[in-house]
Amino acid sequence: MDQPPMEMYVAGMIALVFGAAFWPLLARRRADLAGWFSAAVPAGMFFWLLGQVPEAGQGVFASWSADWVPAMGVGIDFLLDGPGLLLSLLVTGIGALILIYGGCYLKGSPQAAPFFCFIHLFMLAMLGVACSDHFIVFFVFWELTSVASYLLIGLGHAQIEARKAALRALVVTGAGGLALLAGLILLGEASGTYRFSELQAQGGAIVEHAKFLPILVLVLLGTFTKSAQFPFHFWLPGAMAAPTPVSAYLHSATMVKAGVFLLAKLYPVFGQTEEWRTTLMIFGSLTMLLGSLLALAQTDLKRLLAYSTMSALGTLVLLLGLGTTLAVEAAMVFLVVHALYKAALFMAAGVVDKATGTRDITRLSGLGAPLPLLAVAAVLAAFSMSGLPPFIGFIGKELLYEAQVSASSYAMLITFAGFAASAVNVAVAFKVGVAPFRRRGEVPKINPKARQLSLLAGPMLLALAGTLAGLFPDLLGRNLLAAAVSDVVGEPVEVKLKLWHGFNMVLALSMVTVAVGWALYAKRERIRPLIVILLERFPARANEIFDAGLQRVLARSEKVTLAIQHGNLRGYIVMMLLSLAALLFVAVFSGGGLGEMEAGPLRMVPVGVGILIMAAAVAAVRSNGRLSAMLAFGVVGFGVAMLYALFGAPDLALTQVLVEALTLGLFAFVLRRMPLIRNHSSKRRRRVDFAVAAAAGAAVTLAMLAALGTKQPPPVSDEMVRMSVPDAYGRNIVNVILVDFRAMDTLGEICVLAIAALGVAGLLLGFGTHNRQADVAVATPIYRAAVSWIVPLLIFISVVILLRGHNEPGGGFIGGLLGAAGLVLWRLTRGESVRRPTWWSPLLIGGGLAAAVLSMVPSLLARAPFMQGQWFGEVWLPLAGKVKFGSTFIFDVGVFLVVVGVTQLVLARVLQSSEIDVSKSLGRRS
Amino acid sequence: MNTMSTSPLILAVVLPLIAAVTQILLTGHSRAQRAATVVFSALVMATGVWLLLAVRGGGPLFVDFGGWDAPVGIRFQADMLSAVMVAVTGLIAFCGAVHSFAEVPHGQERRGFHSLFFFLIFGVTGAFLTADLFNLYVWFEVMLLASFVLLALGGGRKAIEGAVKYVTLNIAASLVFLVGIGVVYGSLGTLNFEDIAQRIAAGGGEGGAGVRAAAVLLMLAFGVKAGLFPLYAWLPSSYHTPSHTVSAVFAGLLTKVGVYSLFRVMGTAFASEADFLMPLLFWVSLLTMVIGGVGAACQVHTRRILSFHIISQIGYMTFALSLGTVEALAAGIFFVIFNIFAKTNLFFAASVIDRIGGGENLKHTGGLYRTAPWLSVLFLISALGLAGIPPLSGFWGKFALIRETLVLGHGFGAFVLLATGMITLFSMTKIWAEAFWKEPPEGEAIEKRPVGPAHVVPMVVLAAGTVVLGLYPEPFFEIFRTAAEQILQTPTMP
Repeated sequence: MDQPPMEMYVAGMIALVFGAAFWPLLARRRADLAGWFSAAVPAGMFFWLLGQVPEAGQGVFASWSADWVPAMGVGIDFLLDGPGLLLSLLVTGIGALILIYGGCYLKGSPQAAPFFCFIHLFMLAMLGVACSDHFIVFFVFWELTSVASYLLIGLGHAQIEARKAALRALVVTGAGGLALLAGLILLGEASGTYRFSELQAQGGAIVEHAKFLPILVLVLLGTFTKSAQFPFHFWLPGAMAAPTPVSAYLHSATMVKAGVFLLAKLYPVFGQTEEWRTTLMIFGSLTMLLGSLLALAQTDLKRLLAYSTMSALGTLVLLLGLGTTLAVEAAMVFLVVHALYKAALFMAAGVVDKATGTRDITRLSGLGAPLPLLAVAAVLAAFSMSGLPPFIGFIGKELLYEAQVSASSYAMLITFAGFAASAVNVAVAFKVGVAPFRRRGEVPKINPKARQLSLLAGPMLLALAGTLAGLFPDLLGRNLLAAAVSDVVGEPVEVKLKLWHGFNMVLALSMVTVAVGWALYAKRERIRPLIVILLERFPARANEIFDAGLQRVLARSEKVTLAIQHGNLRGYIVMMLLSLAALLFVAVFSGGGLGEMEAGPLRMVPVGVGILIMAAAVAAVRSNGRLSAMLAFGVVGFGVAMLYALFGAPDLALTQVLVEALTLGLFAFVLRRMPLIRNHSSKRRRRVDFAVAAAAGAAVTLAMLAALGTKQPPPVSDEMVRMSVPDAYGRNIVNVILVDFRAMDTLGEICVLAIAALGVAGLLLGFGTHNRQADVAVATPIYRAAVSWIVPLLIFISVVILLRGHNEPGGGFIGGLLGAAGLVLWRLTRGESVRRPTWWSPLLIGGGLAAAVLSMVPSLLARAPFMQGQWFGEVWLPLAGKVKFGSTFIFDVGVFLVVVGVTQLVLARVLQSSEIDVSKSLGRRS
Repeated sequence: MNTMSTSPLILAVVLPLIAAVTQILLTGHSRAQRAATVVFSALVMATGVWLLLAVRGGGPLFVDFGGWDAPVGIRFQADMLSAVMVAVTGLIAFCGAVHSFAEVPHGQERRGFHSLFFFLIFGVTGAFLTADLFNLYVWFEVMLLASFVLLALGGGRKAIEGAVKYVTLNIAASLVFLVGIGVVYGSLGTLNFEDIAQRIAAGGGEGGAGVRAAAVLLMLAFGVKAGLFPLYAWLPSSYHTPSHTVSAVFAGLLTKVGVYSLFRVMGTAFASEADFLMPLLFWVSLLTMVIGGVGAACQVHTRRILSFHIISQIGYMTFALSLGTVEALAAGIFFVIFNIFAKTNLFFAASVIDRIGGGENLKHTGGLYRTAPWLSVLFLISALGLAGIPPLSGFWGKFALIRETLVLGHGFGAFVLLATGMITLFSMTKIWAEAFWKEPPEGEAIEKRPVGPAHVVPMVVLAAGTVVLGLYPEPFFEIFRTAAEQILQTPTMP
C-alpha cells in the first residue's frame, strides 16, 4: 500500500517557523489575540493527524523525505509511525490549547512576545522529534527542544533563580544530548544505518556488537537527562521558574516525554537485553519513588505537580524496562493519560495563581464558588489522576498494575513500589485538584481576569477529553494506541481498553490505592512536616551538589588558568624554549641521530670571530650600563657581518654593517629615554634562565648538525647560480634573487619596513606637543663642513650602488641604506627642521611600494608570466658599467625609495618624541 | 599558462597591497580613506569569491612569480583550501572595514589604521596562497608587524603591555620558524612545499633527523601562531586590549593562519613525519581544547572569555588534522570557516555590548535582552553556533569530527570533544545570562553610546553566513572535502 504523504505536516512545521517570527509582533500588543490566532496552525495539524489515525491503525504511516546533507549521509526522512503519531497529537493538541491559554495568561507582560517566539520553535522541535527517522535529524530537533526549554525557563530572567534554573536545565539536558549524539553515532556506525526504521527492522542484532554497552550507556544518558530520571531529576522542579503555560506544556506534557519516546523507539532494539531491563527498572523505580516522596513535602502547587511528573516519568521508564507487551501497552496508555490530566491540572494551577496571587496550598480554599467551571475541570482531572472510574486514568492505572504484577522478575517489589507511588499520586491529585476549591473558611477575593474563557478552555477541554476517553476507551485504543504499541513491540498488537475488568486482584489494588491516597490527603498537615524532617536528614540535595560542583569546577579552572596564564612574559618565554628544547632532542634522536658529517678544514679566523661574537653576547647580557650593552650588541652585529664576509657574501656583509650602523645611530637618540638597566631577577632565577637558554641553544645546534648530516640533493640555489646570468641578466646573484627569483619575498619585506615606519610614526605621533625648543642638531662647524661634502658623495654612491646592483655587490636595499645614512647626517645639521616629520617621507614609502607594484605592469602588458622581468635595453653608465634595464630595476628602485623613506620617517619621529619627553619632564604644557 | 585564468589569483595577492599603498598616499584625508577602505575591502571580497569559483570550477590555480618555475621561483597556489580561506578573509575584511567606521577612533585613523589594516589583509592573503616556506615566513612577518602596530595604536598602558607580550612571543616564534626554514633548506635544499615532500619521498620516504627536527621546529612555530597549548600565552594577553574592530578581525583571521599553516605544511610537505608528529598533536590538541575552555569559563570580561574560547576551538581544528583522514580534515576545515564567522561576530557583539550594555566586565552589564532584542538574536545565533547547537553551523563540524573520531576508535578523544562542547556552551550562557538576561546592577546607570549601521550590517552578514552554513551545509562540505583531499593527497608537481 502506498504511504500517504505528509506534506500537510511539513507545511505545518514551516508555518510554525514563520509563526515564531510573526506572532511575537502581535503578542506585544494583544497577546490574547495572538494566542487564539496562532492556535489555528497546531489545531489544524491536530485534526489532520487525527485523520491519519485509522490508516496508522492498519500499519500504514505517512512519510516524507528530502535531501539535506548527502555529503554527510544526512537526509530528512520523516515517518509518522505509531509512537510518532501519538506524540505529535499530544504536541499539537495540547499545544493549541497552551497557545490560547498562554496568550491570555501573559497578556500585557513583557514575556508575551518572547513566549510566542520560543513556544513556536519548541513546537516545531517537538514535531521534528516525533517524526524524524534519521538519527541526526532527530538529534537536531532534540537539541532544539533543550534550547527552547532554556529560553522559556529563563523568561523570568530578571530573577537570579530563573537564570540558575535555566542554566541547570540546559547543562543537564545539554550534556545528556552530547552523550546521546555520541551514542547515536556509535549506533549508526555499528548497525550500518542511521535510520530508526531500518534499525528497528534489524531487531536486536546490534546487541551482539562489541560496542553495545557503550552505546546503551550513552543513549540512556541522553534519555534519562531529558526525562528527568534520578540522578538527573533536579532540573525539573527548578524549571517551574518558567511561566505556568510553559511548565504545563514542556515540563509535564511534551518535552520530558521525549526521553521516554526515544526509549520506546529503541525498545525493539535493546528491549529484551538484561542490561536494558535492569537499568530501566532500577532507575525508573528510584525516580518514581523519589518523586513521590519529594512531592509529599511540597506546598507549592506547581512544585507538587513537578514532583508528581517526575514520579510519572519514572513509572514510564520502569514500564519500558519490564519487557512485556502488556507493560508497553501500559506505558503508552499512561503516557496519554498523564499528558491529559497533568496539563489540565497545571493550567488550573496557573489560573488559581492568577486569581489569588498565591500557589501555596495551605492558604488556598474556597475557590469553587467564584470559579465553578475551573473547579469542575480540576476535579475531573484530579479524579483521572487518582485513577477513579470512569476516567481514563482508571484504565491507565489498571493496566499499570497488571503490568507490574505480571513482571517477570521482582514482581512483588515493583508492584509495591508502584502502589506507593500511585497512592501518593492520589494524594497529590486531591491536593491540587480538589483542596483549593473546597470551602474551609472565607471565600477569598479573586482577580476577575482569571475567569476568562481563554484561561478556562484549556483545562476544561483536557479534562473533558480524559473523561470521554475513559467512557469510550476504544476510540483511543483501537487504532492510535494499537499502532503505537505494535511499533514499539515490533509485532501487531490489538489494544483493547475496557473500563471494567471484573473483580480481580488489580481492582482490589486500585481500591486500596485510592483509600491510602485519600488518607495521605486527609492527614496532609501531619504528614508533610514528617517528610520535611525526613528529607532534611538526607545527606545532600542534588541541586546543591550540582551548584557546588559547578562552583568547584570554576574555582579549579581559575587556578589552572592562572597557573598557565600568569602574566609573566619571562615565564612564557621559558615555556616556549623548554618546549623547543624537549621537542628537538626527541626529534633528532628518534629520527636516527646525527648523520655522518664531512668536516672541512678548521679555519682560525672564523673561529676567532665566533668567539668574539659569543663573548660580546655574554657581555651584553651581563652589562649594567645602557651604553655598554648597546655597544656589545653592536659587536655581535658586526661580528656576524664579518662572518658573512669571510664566507663570501659581500652583499650580506655590507647590508649587515649598514643596518648595524643605522641601528646604533637610532639607539643613540633613544638612549636617554631608556630606563636604567636594573636587575629584577634573583641569582637563582638567572641560573634557571641560563640553563633554559643553554638547553634551547644546544637543541638548535643539534638540529642544525642534523641538517648537515642529511644527505641532501643539490639545493635549488645551484639552479639559481646557473640561471642568473643567461636568463636573469645579472651577475650579482644576491640581487637577482632579491629582485627577480624571489621578488615576492622582497615585496613582503619592504612592506614590513613600511609597516614598521608607519608604526613608529603612528605610535609616536601627537601623544604630546612639539613646542619645545630642544637643540638636537649636531651643528659644530667642522661637522657642518664635513657633512657638506660627505652627504652628496654618499647620496651619489647610493645611486650608483642602486644602478649597478644587478651585476656588482649592491642593489636597492644597500643603496637605500647608504642614501638614508647620508640624509641622516645632513638632517642632523639642520637644527629646527630635523624634528618636523617631513611630508615627503610617507610619500617616499608609498611611492616606493607603488613602484614595486608598477614593476608588475610590464609583464601584464606583454602577456608574459606575471612579474616576469621585461627588458628594455642596455645603457652604459659611469661607475656602474653596462647596465641592462628592465622591470626588475623598477622594482629595485621601489626598494630603494622605501628604505630611504622608512629611515627618514623613523628618525624624525624618534627625535621628535625624545624632544617631547624633555618638555614633559620640565613640566611645560601648551 | 593562460594569464586570464590565473588573474583572480594574481588580483587576490596584489589588490590588498594596492589598497595599502593607496591608503598611505591618502594619509590625512580621512573621508577619502574611509571610502577607499570600503571600496577596496569590497573588491578584496569579490576577488576572493571569484577565486573560489574559479578554483571550484577549474581546479587549482598556480602562478610562478617572475616566470621562474618552482622550486627556483616562488609559486603561489590556490587549491580549494587556499581559495576558501582567501574568500573568507575577504568577507572578514569587508565586515571589519564597515565596523571600523563606528569603532576606530579618529586618532587611530590618523596614525595609519587604514593602511595597516590592508597590510594585514595582504599578509594574511599571501600566507594563504604561497607554496613556499620562506615566502610564508615573509607573510607571517607582514602580519605580525601590522598586527602589532594595530594592537598598540590605541595607546594606553594596557594596550601597550598586551602588544609587547604579543610581539615578543610572536617574534620568538618567528625566530623558531626561521631556524626551521634553515634546517629544511640545509637538509633538503628546497623550500617549495611539494618539492619538500617529493625530495623526502625520493630519499626513501625517510628524511632522517634533519627533516624531523625541521618539522618539529615548524610545528612549534605554527603552534605558537595558532595558539596551541602551552604556547598560547600571547593571545589572552592582548586580544582584549585594542579597538573592537581590531580584536574582531584578529580573532577571525590570525590564529587561523597558524592553523592553516599546520594543515598545509604538516599535511602536505611533512606528511612523511606524520607518525611522529600526529600523536603529539593529538594530545596537545585535546589539552588545548580543555585548557582554553576552562580558561573561558572562569573569566568575567566579555572579550577575555571570547579570547580563551578561540584557543579552545583551535584545539578542535588541529585535532582534526592529527586524525589524518580526509573526513576528519574536512570537518576541521568546516570548523575553521564557521569559527571565523562566529568568532568575529561575537567580537562584534562584544563591541555593541560595550556600548549599550554597560561595558565589558560582566559584573556591570545587564538588561540587553530587554533593551536590544535584535542584539540578543544576533548574539545567540553566533554563540549557540559556536557551542555546536544544531542546526547552526558549528554542529556540522562537530558532528563530522566526532563521528570520524569514533569511527577511528578514539573514545577518549570523542569524550574530550564533547565535554569541551559543554564547557563552550556554559561560557556562552555566562555572557548571555549576565549581559542579556540579568538586569544591570542596582544603582549603576548604564551609559549608552550610539550604535549604528556600521555595527549592525557586519553582524547581520556574518550571522546570515552562520545560518546558511548550518541549514544548507551541503555545497560547503563538498568544497571542504575536496580541500581536504587535495591537502592529503600525495603531491605531484604540475
